Amino acid sequence: MTEKLVIIGNGMAPGRMLEHLFERAPGQYQVTIFNAEPRVNYDRIMLSPVLSGEKDYEEIIIHGDGWYIKHGITLYKGHKIINIDRARKTVTSDHGVTESYDKLVIATGSVPFIIPVPGKDLRGVITYRDLDDVQAMLLAAQSREKAIVIGGGLLGLEAAAGLASRGMDVTVLHVMPTLMERQLDPAAGYLLQKAVEERGIKVICKANTKAIVGDGKVEGIELDDGRIIPATLVVMAVGIRPSVGLAKEAGLAVNRGIVVDDGMQTSDGSIWALGECAEVGGMVYGLVAPLYEMARVAASHLAGDHSATFVHSDTPTKLKVTGIELFSLGDFADGDEREEIVLRDASAGVYKRLVLKDNKIIGTVLYGETADGAWFNDLKKKQTDISQMRETLIFGQAYQGGSPLDPMAAVAALPDDAEICGCNGVCKGKITSSITSKGLTSLDDVRAHTKASASCGSCTGLVEQLMTLTLGESYNPAAVQPMCGCTDLGHDDVRRLIKAKGLKSIPAVMQELEWKTSCGCAKCRPALNYYLVCDWPDEYADDYQSRFVNERVHANIQKDGTYSVVPRMWGGVTNAKELRAIADVVDKFDVPLVKVTGGQRIDLLGIEKEDLPAVWADLGKAGFVSGQAYAKGLRTVKTCVGSDWCRFGTQDSTGLGIRIEKFMWGSWTPAKLKLAVSGCPRNCAEATCKDIGVICVDSGFEIHFAGAAGLDIKGTEVLGLVRTEDEALEHIVALTQMYREQARYLERIYKWAKRIGLEEIRHQIMGDADKRKAYYDRFVFSQKFAQVDPWSERVSGKDKHEFQPMASVGFNEAAE
Amino acid sequence: MNWYPIGKIEDIPLRGARCVKTPQGKIGVFRTVENEVFAIEDHCPHKGGPLTQGIVHGKAVTCPLHNWVISLETGKALGADEGAVRSIPVKNEDGALSIALESLMMAAE
Repeated sequence: MTEKLVIIGNGMAPGRMLEHLFERAPGQYQVTIFNAEPRVNYDRIMLSPVLSGEKDYEEIIIHGDGWYIKHGITLYKGHKIINIDRARKTVTSDHGVTESYDKLVIATGSVPFIIPVPGKDLRGVITYRDLDDVQAMLLAAQSREKAIVIGGGLLGLEAAAGLASRGMDVTVLHVMPTLMERQLDPAAGYLLQKAVEERGIKVICKANTKAIVGDGKVEGIELDDGRIIPATLVVMAVGIRPSVGLAKEAGLAVNRGIVVDDGMQTSDGSIWALGECAEVGGMVYGLVAPLYEMARVAASHLAGDHSATFVHSDTPTKLKVTGIELFSLGDFADGDEREEIVLRDASAGVYKRLVLKDNKIIGTVLYGETADGAWFNDLKKKQTDISQMRETLIFGQAYQGGSPLDPMAAVAALPDDAEICGCNGVCKGKITSSITSKGLTSLDDVRAHTKASASCGSCTGLVEQLMTLTLGESYNPAAVQPMCGCTDLGHDDVRRLIKAKGLKSIPAVMQELEWKTSCGCAKCRPALNYYLVCDWPDEYADDYQSRFVNERVHANIQKDGTYSVVPRMWGGVTNAKELRAIADVVDKFDVPLVKVTGGQRIDLLGIEKEDLPAVWADLGKAGFVSGQAYAKGLRTVKTCVGSDWCRFGTQDSTGLGIRIEKFMWGSWTPAKLKLAVSGCPRNCAEATCKDIGVICVDSGFEIHFAGAAGLDIKGTEVLGLVRTEDEALEHIVALTQMYREQARYLERIYKWAKRIGLEEIRHQIMGDADKRKAYYDRFVFSQKFAQVDPWSERVSGKDKHEFQPMASVGFNEAAE
Repeated sequence: MNWYPIGKIEDIPLRGARCVKTPQGKIGVFRTVENEVFAIEDHCPHKGGPLTQGIVHGKAVTCPLHNWVISLETGKALGADEGAVRSIPVKNEDGALSIALESLMMAAE
């Protein structure tokens, strides 16, 4: 007996389901389809090639009109179902057609998500979902004007590429820091951004749309940061939502999607759901492979075979933009019991990353060269143990075969129980086995894990020999000390390459310089952040999460997790109003300790993190700004009272100190930078043990540098004598900039000076006026972006989340 | 075990952390670059440093006080150091985060 099967929706999933159904149970059903779109079933995935002009609509039709006639299907084009009557088993369309059913399939798909911003309803704002949207875009593209795509995911990038190839000037706005962050790790996201930008598409990440502006029609977008980007077309491609309204009204179980069991049946025994609107096993899907799997399962149940079940499997993601090769599969987050194999070839723009767990592939990201995607997918699916081909796995299928070298073969004659480190009682076997089993590659690692040569150090040579024997050619004790375990490059190489290659973000550095980890570590990230801030002051966006806590919260963390607050006192000079404000803060916040610092200012200790913004607000009202006592940057300029008061003073040392501090505050330096100005050679400001110091004399200003009074104690070196305050300032600033540009992160000025030579510094700063002027100008330029008081920024709400707990839970219960 | 909603995933910066106050002490909730969320005690096994204030890299955090590196997954110290903090179950439902606390311990407070 023929049953009546009604299908709501005519997309790819129900189309595929019908193909299966007609094959398995021909003639079992009389089929009626309601399609809200006024057309037949076409390949929605191929809309991007239609947009870019690589294909026509006719080429992407899956089922032409003839197919519907052949199978006796009644297709209502342009009919949207507005009601399901489950009691009577009927559906009714917006054109008033009512059909009864024995079995009903809901395949309403999804609707694009519209971000709820002002202006979203303006003319010229469209989504990217169906052929109508493509036609609207093609029409708009004839203008060859500016377009904005909101959303840097799969769909958004395809839309952007399509519009660009149609001649539009396209900007992609993406709210996350890297493109396609759900499918790609940041390294691949960076490469993708580069490739997209090479096509003339502008990409703005971390872009929060505040409003779409325009009078009647779109004129542009305003971002959170106040930027306005003009455009006549805005395409929203930020994601999709399962279209579940109809099912919900009919009283079916609905969660994110229409809830179905693994046989695709809804909570009503006569109704099935599949496609993007269905939620199975708590998941909703948007890629075609699982949707086709749903179609297979649903068809088999409709045909009376109830054994088929839907099983989740990861689907590889590929981007359909000609010339961009990209493949992403599975879980590629890194973790403890997971290992990763990373291959980077910067010159070829290739990045490959395999994530392994228990010697099996669980995730893959390929960029630039994706030919082995299928092979990796297969290995993952079959859960193949890859330990045999581990060394060559990343090179792909073509490189398998051949036996790995035995690294232990060369270990020399000493017996394993021979003691190497007397201080810590470490024998040879322990060292070699730790090197191998823990993958140690540097002397520091071996010291950390075995303690060998970690005390007196006299056995360092022996330990290094063992490392050479164990690691072979790959260990070279004379080699440059790498920045950290994430790279083989030293600080100097990294700095040089950042400039030479024009690298302007941390992901860019990590990709181009072939970093071995996906997101760095606590050693390299702050260093890279400094190098980028220093080299590209106007272009680089400071990476807050790569800063040490003190520079992130603008106070100094103490052993108990509280903070200390040091307001700036220019040149160490203060007055009654400032002192009263400090006293009031001490009372109001019950500050446990007030201490005068070595840099001539006042430290408030024991402040709770939550109180910091309120403390700063009160200090700010009295005119205080951050003393940056926490910064790898300019700290203090200590002064004596100079010629205004002192009977020996030769110059206005206080005034010069204040002038220098006001000129240089806010600047970031490789390590902390402390200055002092003394009014005469009696040197009450102790300028001769500072990073940079000035000794005033009758004939002018003697500039000193490279002193130390911390771990090391060292008197300063003389840079030279200049006649005027202006000259003194120019020389000090130029010297600071030279240090900023050349030193390694955390290297104080005396260590840098020793490394590159005092004569070289004197020559460049004292002897070469052009060079000095150029350094000076670069410092002045970077100050334009650096001199922002971080305290007042935070008082007015910046990084608010940093100072408040996320939540406070469980306390009510405890009170009971 | 009781589940307590603590907020949305966007409340935590990428490669960052936030602190949640509970009767059992502070708990750090971390968000990795891959958008995964972990919760561990906000108390370094070494000298009690606030781990939420550290730099988050991969699935680990470096304590701001003395640079111990703690695994967010296991709560164990990585590298050559030894020690561990408690991991707290955390649920991420479509961006809505909740953590599980043991009710017995709370009643005892």
